[in-house]
Amino acid sequence: MNAVLSTILKRLGMGVATLFIVSAIIFSSISMLPGDFGETVLGQAATKETVTAFRKELGLDKPAPVRYFEWVGSVLQGDLGTSFSGRNASGQDRSRQVSDLVMPRLWNTLFLAGVTAVIAVPLALFLGLTAALYRNTAYDRIVNATTLTTISTPEFFVAYILILFLASLWPVFPSLANIDASTALGERLYRVALPSLTLTLVIVAHMMRMTRAAIINLLASPYIEMARLKGASRSQIILKHALPNAWAPIATVIAFNLAYLVVGVVVVEVVFVYPGIGQLMVDAVTSRDIPVVQACALIFAATYILLNLTADIIGIVTNPRLLHPR
Amino acid sequence: MSEQPVTYSASAEVGAVRKRRSRLERIGLLLKSAPATAWFGMIVVFFYICVAIFADLLAPYGEAEIHAAAFAPWGDEFFFGTDQIGRDVLTRLIYGARNTMGIALATTILSFLIGGGLGLVAAINRRWLDQALSRFVDVLMAIPSLIFALMLLSIFGSTITSLIIIIAVLDSTRVFRLTRAVAVNVAVMDYVEAAKLRGEGLGWIMRREILPNIMPPLVAEFGLRFCFVFLTIAALSFLGVGIQPPTADWGSMVRANASLIQFAKYDMTAAITPLLPAAAIALLTVAVNFIVDWFLHKTSGLRE
Repeated sequence: MNAVLSTILKRLGMGVATLFIVSAIIFSSISMLPGDFGETVLGQAATKETVTAFRKELGLDKPAPVRYFEWVGSVLQGDLGTSFSGRNASGQDRSRQVSDLVMPRLWNTLFLAGVTAVIAVPLALFLGLTAALYRNTAYDRIVNATTLTTISTPEFFVAYILILFLASLWPVFPSLANIDASTALGERLYRVALPSLTLTLVIVAHMMRMTRAAIINLLASPYIEMARLKGASRSQIILKHALPNAWAPIATVIAFNLAYLVVGVVVVEVVFVYPGIGQLMVDAVTSRDIPVVQACALIFAATYILLNLTADIIGIVTNPRLLHPR
Repeated sequence: MSEQPVTYSASAEVGAVRKRRSRLERIGLLLKSAPATAWFGMIVVFFYICVAIFADLLAPYGEAEIHAAAFAPWGDEFFFGTDQIGRDVLTRLIYGARNTMGIALATTILSFLIGGGLGLVAAINRRWLDQALSRFVDVLMAIPSLIFALMLLSIFGSTITSLIIIIAVLDSTRVFRLTRAVAVNVAVMDYVEAAKLRGEGLGWIMRREILPNIMPPLVAEFGLRFCFVFLTIAALSFLGVGIQPPTADWGSMVRANASLIQFAKYDMTAAITPLLPAAAIALLTVAVNFIVDWFLHKTSGLRE
């Protein structure tokens, strides 16, 4: 058990270190902005006093390392800073807290990703397993060709084709997924049907191919052949011999694709005008609202790192070689 | 007809002058053995390249020429109709091939120069440089590249130059990983050692000793990276932060005309208009993937 624990601790440490370096990169990006920051945000007409006050508020008069640690400290306390939009040259301040902007949208995005994951993960695992079991049959080939095509198509193409058929020609689902805090659960599910269907199609393809490859890799190992020669039944081979060793690759596949979901969600949210964090980030990039961009990037990166870390840890915990040390 | 007795003489076979096949003949034989999917891919890619090169001759109007009728239907004057401010859709599709593919190609080449070069250096010099580069790449790869690209674009602004540089740098991390992984195996070979002892410089060893031996995986990777870069640029343009108008580009064309899909019940052709550039993107990536699949299969696949 010690080997497992120490490996997990090592991975956790590495994950935290990565997160810190990533946060430093995201933070330092703000100081790479060309030109004077205050003037860029407040406009040419800003008076000297407003610009100075603004710079002081951002802490630009302090050295960068101090600012970084202050920023990390406030982020850890849930304070993500103040948005740039809503400020103007006269010094009037109608800006909003970044956390107020981000939090409700973060829940919406998690809801969409969650719905997608609940549908996509079992479906992909089933397809991948069956394709691996019946490999080189017509079924395998059809599934393979379909998924290769889906992988090569941009998300927005899939999304618009679904809109064309399911929202425009036969209006089954709404093409706009506008929800707010007061929308009831049933209504919510109905409105996110098309976005989650798009995401499902995209990630099922990835996940299914990776599951298939992992299982085929496993079925080629000598101990599976041994079990087969011994006369074990097909289901016994899968459940007793293959599956215990397959958890690690399957967990990796799932985590990798949930991480992919985090990225894919940006484009899909924009297509369906879904009020999620991806759309917020794109809007912030267009208006160059750096604090919001930083907050969104940090959340996306943290989710990504966390998912990969989880996959690593599941891989370690379920590794039979580590569980039964000699 | 006289029956020739079937005889076999080893000395005759050894003695016979074997004609070496010319490069053209070898390419011909190779093409003959290509499966249908690869042929499909090659024809599509060839067609796209032709369209991109001869865009000026093929396009019926100018790239940013604005006509009176916005959202004109399909017809003789405007083959695929016009877009939201009255530009000919067919013209913009043709110019889009040149712009989108050109930018994606430039980005991929740049990312291979950066990633491939650093990967080779790291594989030869296995000390602190390798460690530093590898750790740095690990960190960069911990951030999803689309998110990172969005953040950097918000800082440097959406010009074509910054787009190419940002995506090339982010993408070069993957190229670095692959190049380093395959080059490490070659760098320990005796002939590399011999070249080092001969006193050859780093540049020579990279170009003349290692590079020729790791070409096949790199060529396949080039195709895959091109697809990936192409899709990333299309996604960024679709989001409105990539290639900026009036430059014609497939990603932003989809976004600009997307509202037409709602009218599918009344005019099917109008609803298809925004899907045309999206389909063009999808067709190219599928085609390149088919070719890469075949190439990997040919050069005794690195993957699968």
